[in-house]
Amino acid sequence: MSELSASQRLDIIRHKGRPTVNDYIPMIFDRFMEMHGDRLFGDDGAIMGGIAYFKGTPVTVIAQVKGRDLAENQKCNFGMPHPEGYRKALRLAKQAEKFHRPVICLVDTAGAFCGVDAEKRGQGEAIAKNLMEFMTLKTPIISIVLGEGGSGGALALAVCDELAMLENALYSVISPRGFASILWKDAAREREACDLMKITAKDLTRLGVCDSIIAEAPGGAHNDPQATANNISEYISKALERKLKKGLDELINERYNKFRSVGDFEEPPLSDKSR
Amino acid sequence: MLEDLFSMVKVRFNANQTDDDKKKTDIPKGLLFKCPRCRSVTLSEEFNKKGKVCPNCNYHSRLSARERLDITVDKGSFREFDRTMISKNPIDFPDYEQKQIALREKTGLKDAVITGRAKIYGKDTVIIVMDSNFMMASMGSVVGEKITRAFEYATRRKLPVIAFTASGGARMQEGIVSLMQMAKTSGAVARHNEAGQLYIAVMTDPTTGGVTASFASLGDIIIAEPKVLIGFAGRRVIEGTIKQKLPDDFQSAEFMLENGFVDMIVDRSRMRRVLSHILRMHNYTGEVPKK
Repeated sequence: MSELSASQRLDIIRHKGRPTVNDYIPMIFDRFMEMHGDRLFGDDGAIMGGIAYFKGTPVTVIAQVKGRDLAENQKCNFGMPHPEGYRKALRLAKQAEKFHRPVICLVDTAGAFCGVDAEKRGQGEAIAKNLMEFMTLKTPIISIVLGEGGSGGALALAVCDELAMLENALYSVISPRGFASILWKDAAREREACDLMKITAKDLTRLGVCDSIIAEAPGGAHNDPQATANNISEYISKALERKLKKGLDELINERYNKFRSVGDFEEPPLSDKSR
Repeated sequence: MLEDLFSMVKVRFNANQTDDDKKKTDIPKGLLFKCPRCRSVTLSEEFNKKGKVCPNCNYHSRLSARERLDITVDKGSFREFDRTMISKNPIDFPDYEQKQIALREKTGLKDAVITGRAKIYGKDTVIIVMDSNFMMASMGSVVGEKITRAFEYATRRKLPVIAFTASGGARMQEGIVSLMQMAKTSGAVARHNEAGQLYIAVMTDPTTGGVTASFASLGDIIIAEPKVLIGFAGRRVIEGTIKQKLPDDFQSAEFMLENGFVDMIVDRSRMRRVLSHILRMHNYTGEVPKK
């Protein structure tokens, strides 16, 4: 696997020809049937969901949609979901639980949309609810970061039993642009932020967040979308095999502990002065 | 020529500023409270007497965690959990250790949250109080771990949890580890919830970002203090997106109530009694508050 810096990978995931879920879904799944709406407010174009076969097994697919041109991007709001997108995702995840279907989440977003309507409809609450409900969902959940994994907007589809990242994908607490503008009041220093933030698949493996790295075609997924899709398929097969043989209690306990164990702190012994 | 013009503007601007500064320095610092909501100015003495509430608009200003505990729990009942826990530097962020050492010195806090067990009118509860004096109460490893442990303790002991939330969001200096605290704390809430125990979230100024998008929004009952800031995205970020100024009450407690994300707004002076009544209504026993 190549040794590129985070900012070099940023160029790859922003390549105009970078495959999106619209390319991958037909290559990985059979007979994908899209399901619309959150049953509360509307249908969000930034999150697509539905049922499909994966190698003959029915699965629920929940995917963040990015466009390649302006028209596509207007439809999917540049891949930035509103609360109704997260609520649709939760509805479909609950449906998957009812019918014992595994859930496959494909993450690719700069973040949840920041706007007046998103606030009015409870962006924070929608994400929070997903984190809580996905944590105890009684069916296997596999999440794969395809390109950008930006903040809580990505995490809302990434509470899972196993998290994989494509080789060049980046997953961060805030977009590098946001980081630069908060820390240095200068969004233009995005690349610098990118290399400081420890956001590559390798970094995240070391930090105990990412479980598997999926190889892309040499030079990036755009050079051979089919080859990259095959690698994703192969990973999903293995991950499902690992998870489907576990009992539900074991599965959910392990999911809890996967997140429970992330944190870097120490507890020095109590000195007399400390109170 | 253009440069000259700018430098002139700059000089005038700076000149104005120094005039302003001089005016300000005539009054000893800390004697006045200027409300960030209604911009009215009050004598600090009066503001403090009102429990740090703006006498003009009823904005409930920020309290330290210790101040909050003092007005909330029964005297002498608080037992603190995990009081030595401090953060490390998971992504080797430049100067993060030094910044924390300086802040610990300055605030007397180890990090941005105090957790423990206490009584409210005799009723046992686990209590979580965030303190915005420490890195705007951003959620890193320590905040996430202490909150998770507090919920786990409450789940084991069949106790309710009351969380006073305040936060600027995730702690960027801890990178992805900070983001994972959102999932971790929400998971702990899920287990406490499944165990059938009560969780009351009290949103105080400011409750934003990753904390709004995790445990703060997951209370069985969500209370807010009047006029406080509650939201997900930063106001300036949204203003930048829509290219216009937002109304003053956007992302206020009242805005959240109107949009259905807060159960009730409760004045600080009534908070202890309201919490006590809610605990009692959920069969957590203890003495009955008067009135």
